[in-house]
Amino acid sequence: MTTANVEQKVKNIIADQLGVGEDEIKITSSFIEDLGADSLDIVELVMAMEEEFEVEIPDEEAENIKTVQDAVNYITTHKK
Amino acid sequence: MRSYIAGTGSYTPDKVLTNRDLEKMVQTSDDWIVERTGIRERHIAAPEEATSDLAVKAAIRALEAAALDPKDVEAIILGTVTPDYPFPSTAAVLQGRLGNKKAFAFDLSAACAGSLYALSVADRFVASGAVKNALVVGADTLTRITDWTDRNTCILFGDGAGAMVLKPSDDPKRGILTTRLHTDGSLVPILLQPGGGSRDPISEKVLREKSHFVKMNGREVFKIAVRALEDSCREVLAAEQLTTDDVTYVIAHQANKRILDATLSRLEIPASKCWMNLEKYGNTSAASVPMTFDEANRAGWFKTGDVILMMAIGGGMAWGASVVRW
Repeated sequence: MTTANVEQKVKNIIADQLGVGEDEIKITSSFIEDLGADSLDIVELVMAMEEEFEVEIPDEEAENIKTVQDAVNYITTHKK
Repeated sequence: MRSYIAGTGSYTPDKVLTNRDLEKMVQTSDDWIVERTGIRERHIAAPEEATSDLAVKAAIRALEAAALDPKDVEAIILGTVTPDYPFPSTAAVLQGRLGNKKAFAFDLSAACAGSLYALSVADRFVASGAVKNALVVGADTLTRITDWTDRNTCILFGDGAGAMVLKPSDDPKRGILTTRLHTDGSLVPILLQPGGGSRDPISEKVLREKSHFVKMNGREVFKIAVRALEDSCREVLAAEQLTTDDVTYVIAHQANKRILDATLSRLEIPASKCWMNLEKYGNTSAASVPMTFDEANRAGWFKTGDVILMMAIGGGMAWGASVVRW
């Protein structure tokens, strides 16, 4: 899967989980500050990404995933 | 033979602690708590009220509903993590208070899944014919092991008790159909009361470090809970050749509205089928499932033939689900 594909899928997941339009989601968007997520929304986002990409995102790693870019980077580095 | 739920009862202490009250105790707000948990208020046991005091009241209501004389109860199984005493069991205290001498009585420790575990054990005793009836109780006073300076946990818990009476069912199609229990002991560290047991008996150090209070990693618990509950609900339904569409009502451990919303959404069960009361009681641990079942039952929710799905998860982690045909 290319990075562009990962980015598109991550945006789909965010739009679905947070109920925001995909056009509002930029690669630099912060989940909490720009997209209105709270801490539990982020847990659900992490769960959805783990399931979609078959990666495990441990709690201590999840704490560092704050933006769309962080999520895409983590997935492209850890996806088998 | 199957067992069926012949009567239900519940009890919550009188004192109510609202989110507004909590705002005066820790740095939090009503909006923050409601948004993340769905909880608005919780009931708190009076200083002289122990877990058994709540259990007795819930048990008597369930026995009355089942038209069973307390003296005729043959088994008492009580789920709790906040017993009156480290020993003997709160179930023994309850038996004494009911004036019963016929039943064997014991406590069962599975945290918030305690009453579902107790229901499963009692079901086997009744369905096998070993006893003619059983009293299942979930009772906890989690506020006694709550750190009222920890804003992440003290907003969550409340006290209460719920009870169910099981009897043998004449109709093989009705009663408790399938219950499945699971445990993953590698997850002990994410939800526990570390101090006050044999690992770290009560000492000045325990009190100073507040390790005799509930500790929880909320994010990890959330993830495990949603996945485990979904899996075990699907498991019990599949065992009965049922699908989530066949479920009439859901009675779920009232841990957190967000956990339940996420679980129901994955199961594609409309939230309107799930009786919610955590806005009034918070997380009452083992009491939650039988209290919630009793509320829905007394509100007249259940009709003959309804498929009722029960689910619970708690520290251990320990979880399970049960499917009942009413």
